[in-house]
Amino acid sequence: MRITCPHCGPRDRREFTYYGDKAYLTRPALEDARGWDGFLHLRDNIAGEVQDLWYHELGCAAWILVTRNTVTHEINHTSLIAQLHLTTSQKGTK
Amino acid sequence: MRLDHLGAIDRSMPVNFEFDGVAYSGFAGDTLASALLANGVKLTGRSFKYHRPRGIFTIGSAEPNAMITLIEGAQRTPNLRASMIEIYEGIRAFSQNNWPSLRHDVMAINDVFSPFLGAGFYYKTFMWPRKFWENIYEPVIRRAAGLGSLATEPDQSVSEKAFAHCDLLVIGGGPAGLLAARTAARAGLDVILADEDTTLGGRLLYEQEEIDDAPASLWLQKLLIELRALPNVRLMTRTTVTGLYDGGTFSALERVSLHMQPAGDLPRECFWRIVAKHAILAAGALERPIAFANNDRPGIMLANAVRGYVNRFGVVPGLKVSIFANNDDARRTARDLMAAGVNVVAILDSRADAPSAENCPVYLKVEILNTEGRHGLTHLRFRHAAGEAYLATDCLGLSGGWNPSLHLACHMNGRPAWNDAIAAFVPSVDMVAGLTTAGAAAGVFSTLGAMRSGQDAALAALISLKVKAPAKSKLRLPDADDATYRITPLWAQKSDTRAWVDLANDVTTKDIDLAVQEGFISVEHMKRYTTQGMAPDQGKSANVLALAYLADTSGREIAQTGTTTFRPPFAPQSIGAMGAGGQKKGFAPERFLTSHAASVSLGAPMIEAGLWYRPSYFPQKGETTWRETCDREVGLVRSAVGVCDVSTLGKIDIQGQDAARFLDFIYTNTMSTLPEGRVRYGIMLREDGHVLDDGTTAHLGPNHYLMTTTTSAASQVMRHLDFVHQAYCADWDLSTISVTENWAQFAIAGPKARALIESLSGQPINLSFMGFVNLQLSEIVARVFRISFSGEESYELAVPARYGASLWHKLIVLAKTYEGGPYGMEALNVLRIEKGLLTHAEMHGRVTAFDLGLSSKMSSKKDFIGRAAAGRAGLLGPGREELVGLIAPVGHTISAGAHLYPTDKAPVRENDQGYVTSACYSPTLGRYLALAFLRDGREKQGQEIRLVDHLRDLDVLCQVENPVFYDNTGERLRG
Repeated sequence: MRITCPHCGPRDRREFTYYGDKAYLTRPALEDARGWDGFLHLRDNIAGEVQDLWYHELGCAAWILVTRNTVTHEINHTSLIAQLHLTTSQKGTK
Repeated sequence: MRLDHLGAIDRSMPVNFEFDGVAYSGFAGDTLASALLANGVKLTGRSFKYHRPRGIFTIGSAEPNAMITLIEGAQRTPNLRASMIEIYEGIRAFSQNNWPSLRHDVMAINDVFSPFLGAGFYYKTFMWPRKFWENIYEPVIRRAAGLGSLATEPDQSVSEKAFAHCDLLVIGGGPAGLLAARTAARAGLDVILADEDTTLGGRLLYEQEEIDDAPASLWLQKLLIELRALPNVRLMTRTTVTGLYDGGTFSALERVSLHMQPAGDLPRECFWRIVAKHAILAAGALERPIAFANNDRPGIMLANAVRGYVNRFGVVPGLKVSIFANNDDARRTARDLMAAGVNVVAILDSRADAPSAENCPVYLKVEILNTEGRHGLTHLRFRHAAGEAYLATDCLGLSGGWNPSLHLACHMNGRPAWNDAIAAFVPSVDMVAGLTTAGAAAGVFSTLGAMRSGQDAALAALISLKVKAPAKSKLRLPDADDATYRITPLWAQKSDTRAWVDLANDVTTKDIDLAVQEGFISVEHMKRYTTQGMAPDQGKSANVLALAYLADTSGREIAQTGTTTFRPPFAPQSIGAMGAGGQKKGFAPERFLTSHAASVSLGAPMIEAGLWYRPSYFPQKGETTWRETCDREVGLVRSAVGVCDVSTLGKIDIQGQDAARFLDFIYTNTMSTLPEGRVRYGIMLREDGHVLDDGTTAHLGPNHYLMTTTTSAASQVMRHLDFVHQAYCADWDLSTISVTENWAQFAIAGPKARALIESLSGQPINLSFMGFVNLQLSEIVARVFRISFSGEESYELAVPARYGASLWHKLIVLAKTYEGGPYGMEALNVLRIEKGLLTHAEMHGRVTAFDLGLSSKMSSKKDFIGRAAAGRAGLLGPGREELVGLIAPVGHTISAGAHLYPTDKAPVRENDQGYVTSACYSPTLGRYLALAFLRDGREKQGQEIRLVDHLRDLDVLCQVENPVFYDNTGERLRG
């Protein structure tokens, strides 16, 4: 399996550390108990396209959002989560 | 028997070898199979289940019968295929599955009882009485089961692993693969061409063929000269591509030196991981047998193998050869043999409409009734269009047609399609993205057709890689054989006795009949019920025959019946090669302290801490146990001064205008109020509310902090910081980097610590507890942190790692002048337990700040990672197991891992109140101490608790205490 790091190009998956679903990207508000339950515990078990978080630990230390298919094992897209955060936070301020 | 005028062996180089203790000789270029046949050895082993005499059946890697054990010194490698072993001087080979000898095998009695030994025999027979299974049936069956035996010594063979990347990987070096490689190489692609054989050429090496009106070998030579000269082509022979994985990754096993005597460091095998942008599977095809009565005798072999041994090795497998086939291709065997002067006694064709004009007798509509010959074929009895016949023959070349080698195309779950014209499964289109099949692997069987298909596959690859194709003039195909392949399917012929489908696992048509009768008609069920295709050869020659027979028997079409799943590896692959380099030192990287050599020279035993090696203790003359040394080292620190290398602690440099804000977000407590030149202790949580790590952070200068982590959590914390930064505050002005290995850091602890540092630097030190200062040490600037993991006045001195060794040396010398010295991990652990300080024995992932008594460190004025979850009802308050100290009565030992029970209840799980995480003998207090988690433990201080270790047989009444056993007020620390 190979993952394309947006910084380093296609690399062997052993350079990466898996974290989990992209749900971790959105922290609920402090008092939103139901939101935290979802954030910490509830996951869909999708046969098909999923988005999850990988860390290029033996590379550039970038956290990467990987869009892949659990049925075909295809990796359709990768992007930097830092970039994603910058885009969304800019939208928020506009 | 050997023919003088044929074969690619080197007759100038005789090779002596042994088989079952008997000396034979062959030539360089021989396989064990060809050399044995040349010596007239037909019986090479006993079958798996019935112990039937068996001989060589194939000429390549699909061999089901001739399984061999090679012995080299203490090395013993079982289940090697005779057709894949290249002989070299002195090689010692042994047959398998027989006792006392190959010709007289006691277990051949199984063959007599075969009517009772059908599929599922064990499961049905050894049911009752139930108790007999474990003590009687299973041990007896186990003794009889298995094939070959392993050496009892550790594997000494040297293997290695390697990685390769290319634009195009071509699997198989026959006409299709060669043309694919040539076309791609001429267009400038980086090409790897891998082939299992010792030289490239594929079937051309085994056939009598002409290309461009000359022997095929001349064309081959010319092409190889061109390919070898190209810098963008890597030709890999003796390399079996064994698996296809995600993202264009392939595994391959190269037999680097298995064809010669082991020599020094030269690896025997190399395990390759090859990453290719595109791949062409041109692995050829495998001939398949036909099932008929007693079709397993030595001397019965595949038709292509018979002519292959003649053409490539000049070896005649029999003196009276016959052919039995359902297709035209097998006629080549008869013709090649006759041209070579071998006596072909008859061609038996199962078809009614097959050509009958040959230079030997041809029988049509043949049905084989039985075969004879105890240790090798002697006679055939068969029915044909004009009657019955009894034929004397010692070698039968058998062909039921050819199966494309599409295994790799199926490794990613692809299913092949049935093709009626060639009566075989062929790859379906786009089974794997980026993989094209060509040549016989794609069902194109003529030489010219294979070349064209290889070239076309390469051209298609060029288009998908957006590379310009070579000029038309570079794409001319040579004149080569383009005969059509004609076949009339035939799978099995009715027989009253057994007709083998899978030679390797002794599966007959009767077993499949039984499977169908008992309802196992799915191909996957039949396979598991009969074990068909589950031997080391993975049913390479047998699978299609088995499922076709299953389809017939269960009244279905073959296409409906489908195939079983092909999985990697394509051919047996030694695990030693896959794990090459992973033994001993190669198992894991080693991280060494700058003081490593000095510690070792002081006789300190090193202990692993993650990947680091740290000194356990520094024994002195006269000390006989580690405890004696440890107690002395603790005493040094408590009474004078001790020096300890603490460089393994994680160090993370954090800079930027938002650094302080970031630290507030990471730690539960507030860091932004920390003045420059000060250090603060903090804990950080995971988002689920449990403690991730603790440590100190120093404010080094404007917008500049240095965080320390525990040794074991260093990489986890780095990952965490990067995640929080990139996911939640990428827009903050912030940089983080691990500087763990850039700094050597030494703890100098004890009442004389300050005096030692002052004498080292030649200047007075005035630094209060939790202070930081830069200190000039001759030409370098050291960082001094007044922090303590021992409870004594303590300074941690950090210098760039390149000065570590020399500073350590200076510190040791100075410490001596203050009646101090180095201390190791054991003493460090005792010192911190006496002081109730935490490690990951306590912060084990299931504890909260509340459990550790650190609730006050959770700020309510700011958000921080884990805050929401840490506030959940179940994670704090009554009922939690809280950190406490335990003191044992003098003279009693306590241990980590022990559990705690009320004094008035039985020490059983239901009454469990907690557990011990760390324990030590405290020389300071003269008794054993422990840190433990005890349910509602803080309110139980002063009470007694029963500590029981069922494993170490300890049962001690302990006193529950505050975990800070020593200097609770911190006077020594601040002094």
